[in-house]
Amino acid sequence: MESKTGTWTEKKGLAQMLKGGVIMDVVNAEQARIAEEAGACAVMALERVPADIRADGGVARMSDPDMILKIMDAVSIPVMAKCRIGHFVEAQILQSLGVDYIDESEVLTPADEEHHILKHNFKVPFVCGCRNIGEALRRIGEGAAMIRTKGEAGTGDVVEAVRHARSVIGSIRQLQTMGDEELMTFAKNNGAPYELVKEVKETGRMPVVNFAAGGVATPADAALMMHLGVDGVFVGSGIFKSGDPAKRAAAIVKSVTFYQDASVLAEVSRNLGEAMVGRNVSQMPEGEKMAGRGW
Amino acid sequence: MKIGVLALQGDFAEHISMLKKIGVDVAEVRLPKHLDGLDGLIMPGGESTTIGKLSVAYGLMEPLREFGKSHAIWGTCAGAIFLSKDAKSDQPLLGLMDIKVQRNAFGRQVDSFETDLEIDELMKATGTEHAYHAVFIRAPLIESVHGNAKVLSALEDGRIVAAQEGHLLATSFHPELTNDTRFHEYFISLAS
Repeated sequence: MESKTGTWTEKKGLAQMLKGGVIMDVVNAEQARIAEEAGACAVMALERVPADIRADGGVARMSDPDMILKIMDAVSIPVMAKCRIGHFVEAQILQSLGVDYIDESEVLTPADEEHHILKHNFKVPFVCGCRNIGEALRRIGEGAAMIRTKGEAGTGDVVEAVRHARSVIGSIRQLQTMGDEELMTFAKNNGAPYELVKEVKETGRMPVVNFAAGGVATPADAALMMHLGVDGVFVGSGIFKSGDPAKRAAAIVKSVTFYQDASVLAEVSRNLGEAMVGRNVSQMPEGEKMAGRGW
Repeated sequence: MKIGVLALQGDFAEHISMLKKIGVDVAEVRLPKHLDGLDGLIMPGGESTTIGKLSVAYGLMEPLREFGKSHAIWGTCAGAIFLSKDAKSDQPLLGLMDIKVQRNAFGRQVDSFETDLEIDELMKATGTEHAYHAVFIRAPLIESVHGNAKVLSALEDGRIVAAQEGHLLATSFHPELTNDTRFHEYFISLAS
């Protein structure tokens, strides 16, 4: 009996276990415990949530390994951590810490403005952001075992997450109606690997699990994203920048499970306290947007 | 024959597609009323803490315990933890199966593995001879079985990864992530 670790099935498989769940940004062990207690299916360990990264400015890097290890000790659910786009050494460090998933994330300042990490080289699985199907399939081609829409992190404005999810899912539908002879041109126009384009057409879905991220702040936002066809939701600043994080976290978990039941959504949305303040993406200067990072 | 799949969180869609592949009617279970008219229930992989907390919040604990007294239930990974009497942590458990489990017993995700298992009971029931290819993801271990629970499969070093107690079935691994339908067929035989 030979055992194999770090296989594609293993990498994709963990994301499949997260489906129908909520992954929450946490900055310390106490927040991680609150997230787990609220029913999070995983946490993302990072030093500053995106709203604070925006406010503070400067270069945003991988978090202190000590802080990540403390969060790993504090909870039994999977722990993810972020590295900068293209920064494969940060990724090697995170892998050596034993994090369960790495997010090669546009929320941090990119380390390489032309290349992403060759994620097939790692045993630990990666999740990457996308705005459209071409970007999603390029990341999967590099070895991402899970995809999330980018949205616009740290804004509390769901409009970009909706735009990106509609774009990806719309393209999957479009592929279903295309003839096989049209696929190479689709691949060229979208900058997507041809073999993966073919696979999406044949199966009618993304080759890996696809979550929503970037701007989800309420149970209704999370349920909206589920209706659009994503497999689950990341909530970053939306929880711990709100008035009552524990209550809001539990409400968003329930809203993802019961997204089709408006009476449950009404019940969990009652008296949640202040939502995060939020920033309107349409009034934001282009230079401040994070979603454009990624190539 | 109609089988429910607990659809609170996790890879319930994968179980549903396996059941459809072998021609079984399927229903998603999120609330107690969804258990009506079912012949058996699968509890999927996912996060056992999330599934447990949602089960408590939506009043599923007692109805599931009642259902399990007279119907087949199969838990894969998180579902197996949820079925157990003891998971050595203070999370909600159904306590239906007389097994003790240890969560994340093999380490973190980088230690997750695939391996072949010889499962006599399964091969006999399905009239097949080839090994079963099992996918373990941050898997729990069945530390010990008690009472009427028996070991169905163990790794070469003796660590238990599948157990059965009458019509209750627990596996540390994920048959729903493979193309091999034998475990689902075996479960249907328990539900019949």
